[in-house]
Amino acid sequence: MSSPVSTPRTEAATVSVRGVGKSFGPNVVLRGVDLEITGGEVVALLGANGAGKSTLIKILAGAHPDHTGEILVDGEPVRLASPTSARALGIATVHQRVREGIVPGLSVAENLAFDELAGGGASWALRRREVLEVARRAVEVLDLGWSDAVLRRDVATLGISDAQLLVVARTLLQRPKLLILDEPTSALSSAEADRLFGVVRQLRADGLAVLLVSHRLGEVDAIADRAVVLRDGRVTADVPKPLSWEVILPAMLGAGAEGLRATVLEHDEPTAGTATVPGEAVVSLRGVRLFAESPELGLELRAGEVTGIVGLIGAGKSELAHGLFGSARWPAGTAEFADSATAPRSPGEAIRRGVYLVPEDRADQALLPGWSIQRTLSLPFITKVASSLGVLDQGAERDRATTVIEKLGIVARGPRTELNELSGGNQQKVVVGRWLVEDARLLLLDEPFRGVDLGARRDIGEQVRAVADAGGAVVVLSADVDEVLEIADRVLVLVEGALTLDSPVTQVSRDDVVRAFSGEVAQ
Amino acid sequence: MSTTIREAVVRYGFVAVTVLLVAYFLISEPNFRTSSNLWGLLVYAAPVGIAGLGVTIAMTVGGLDLSVGSTAGFAVSLAAWTMVIGNQVGGVAIVVVLIAGGVIGLINAALIVWARIPDLLATLTTMFAIMGLKLVLVDGKSISSRMTLDDGSTAPGRFTDGFLYLAQGKIGPVPFPAILLIVISVLVWFLLERTRWGRLLYAVGANPEASRLAGVRVGLYRSAAYVAAGVLASVAGLLLAARIGQGDVSAGNSLLLDAVAVALVGTSVLGRNVPNAWGTVLGALLVTVMVVGFSMKGLPYYVQDVAKGAVLLVALLFSYTLSTRRATLPGQPT
Repeated sequence: MSSPVSTPRTEAATVSVRGVGKSFGPNVVLRGVDLEITGGEVVALLGANGAGKSTLIKILAGAHPDHTGEILVDGEPVRLASPTSARALGIATVHQRVREGIVPGLSVAENLAFDELAGGGASWALRRREVLEVARRAVEVLDLGWSDAVLRRDVATLGISDAQLLVVARTLLQRPKLLILDEPTSALSSAEADRLFGVVRQLRADGLAVLLVSHRLGEVDAIADRAVVLRDGRVTADVPKPLSWEVILPAMLGAGAEGLRATVLEHDEPTAGTATVPGEAVVSLRGVRLFAESPELGLELRAGEVTGIVGLIGAGKSELAHGLFGSARWPAGTAEFADSATAPRSPGEAIRRGVYLVPEDRADQALLPGWSIQRTLSLPFITKVASSLGVLDQGAERDRATTVIEKLGIVARGPRTELNELSGGNQQKVVVGRWLVEDARLLLLDEPFRGVDLGARRDIGEQVRAVADAGGAVVVLSADVDEVLEIADRVLVLVEGALTLDSPVTQVSRDDVVRAFSGEVAQ
Repeated sequence: MSTTIREAVVRYGFVAVTVLLVAYFLISEPNFRTSSNLWGLLVYAAPVGIAGLGVTIAMTVGGLDLSVGSTAGFAVSLAAWTMVIGNQVGGVAIVVVLIAGGVIGLINAALIVWARIPDLLATLTTMFAIMGLKLVLVDGKSISSRMTLDDGSTAPGRFTDGFLYLAQGKIGPVPFPAILLIVISVLVWFLLERTRWGRLLYAVGANPEASRLAGVRVGLYRSAAYVAAGVLASVAGLLLAARIGQGDVSAGNSLLLDAVAVALVGTSVLGRNVPNAWGTVLGALLVTVMVVGFSMKGLPYYVQDVAKGAVLLVALLFSYTLSTRRATLPGQPT
């Protein structure tokens, strides 16, 4: 080990990463990464899926002690041998899946005090009152303003954004030097994300170093002081504020990324371009209530049109999609299809009628552990790759898979590659691609771009457009305004089960959309 | 390097152990060498193999069926009762037993799919209920041909020759149970690996919610798997009854755990880490080779149980601990 204070450039850095590398078997994920983060600074870590962001974060969280290179905290070389040692050294990580960070069945207060309860030095005999005191301290740290009544509630009653804030507050109780936020907004709506970033700004003012991993370039632009871009396990750009997307995007995506920024980031004015001429109504909603108390919806979805529906968590997006797909029932109302007066009664019937759904949660609702691309693709259309006697035709199955792999540019060794070997973006391509082989009458995509890098987002967007061009009705449901504006012909805003905006995309600005949900929230 | 070695051990370890064991017994025990004994191994393996294939099907949908052993035991007594007390021919007994196995499977399916009781607890419950039901049916006694009844009279029926053919018949040099084992394992393999129904069974086991959203009728497939397990368990019971030639009240007891064990061993045998037909048959053969070989060596029966336990433990370590493949295994969160 070299002498701790030998290099002058580390004087100010809270955490320095020097020449860190990591391989999994023959697969080299990080190839000598250098990164410095100083107190009072928010650094955004950017990169496409598979660039090595997750691995770098896991190393900093102490999950991969067998990395090469060197890590320094306050100029001292350290060994991050375990999550516990990383935390003891002042590096705290809030992981992407918030629900895994809270303990169901315990109260909000017990969850806030969990680290103390679970051996943070205090004894197990912590009394109720002391738990409450620890919890109050945590609430103060973030200025959450939760009353004691809230603290006594079951943690399951918290929404996802409050749960996220709970985990952050608990983490801050440990007084970390560096806070790592891994995709903190991937499950949050824009308003909820704004709330979280308010907190992050305050922490930055208090001198904390923050490393933020995010796919949402808009929020990176708003909050980061510096952006570090990873590509193929190397740092390809390290850009201070003001962030230059002309530098960052090619660094992330390689060549061919020019012009992406326009579609991704700018929709400040109505574009006033040529509006697409919508076709016949594929389905009409009649008196549908998404929740027992919400107002009745009337809505037509038309052939050849991509309808984008923006809504916060709990606005009723998934309820709308599942009702149309036959996988859940609405409290009231029905959907009249061109071919039938009723909504499908089961997903099986929906699929036979050409109504397809890409569900919101890829891992829980679409992936099958250990399954290959080809098997995953043919599952909904299993009768199409089997003889009338039920015997599978593996050649037909492989051909289908090859078609989808080529169509969407899926990066994989072949049709038999298992999905867990693919990056998140490529997994999502498979999950979307399974519905692109047969003609779709109505294609519903619930949060299709969550945790998906820009390149994959573009590829998926193109194919979705092709479905509409072929005469299908397409619905993209998302909490992200920019995603919807990028792809839709028509924009709808859903607030607590009610439509507050329905307009062609050419006639609205980003601000109109944002106003549509904020204005109606209080109703 | 180390992961390649580990994968090789996980993949071929069991096959190697089986081959080594067979070689060892072939060399050291002259009796093991006769051809009748090699067919005899298959005959001996047939009940546990067929019941194990039933458990395998239940495991493909992510379940586990603990009731197959008691279903087989019930089938032994029910077959004897139908022929001896009911004075029916063997064919009737076979049909009655197969229907009973299907009904038990339906009850399991109703408890698990409709009443939503966890599979282990539901089949544990039916396991006890069926064991009790068997004793009620035969008054706690073993039933044999022309036995003397409580009132001093002689029972009207007997085990028919046709029924005994199940265990004692031969086609050419091949004993009938060996043929049945081979035919059923080929059928189960074909069902699971080559048909769309098998594919959907595996889908339901891998992720029920993802399967539902892909249009699979999850409840139907889970129910069908338990019915298949019940029917195959009753086939195993028929073979046992025909082998013993009487309605032995304790028959099927050893199947209780062996069938589940060979299916679990089968999951790990070829390193695929999913329940599969060939793995289960290999597992059944491995257990049989051990049991037969050890008894030829004169080791007491309880040593065999220790050895079976050790094999199962190694299999579970392979599946849950050493294998790097993600898999659908009982008790694992999905």
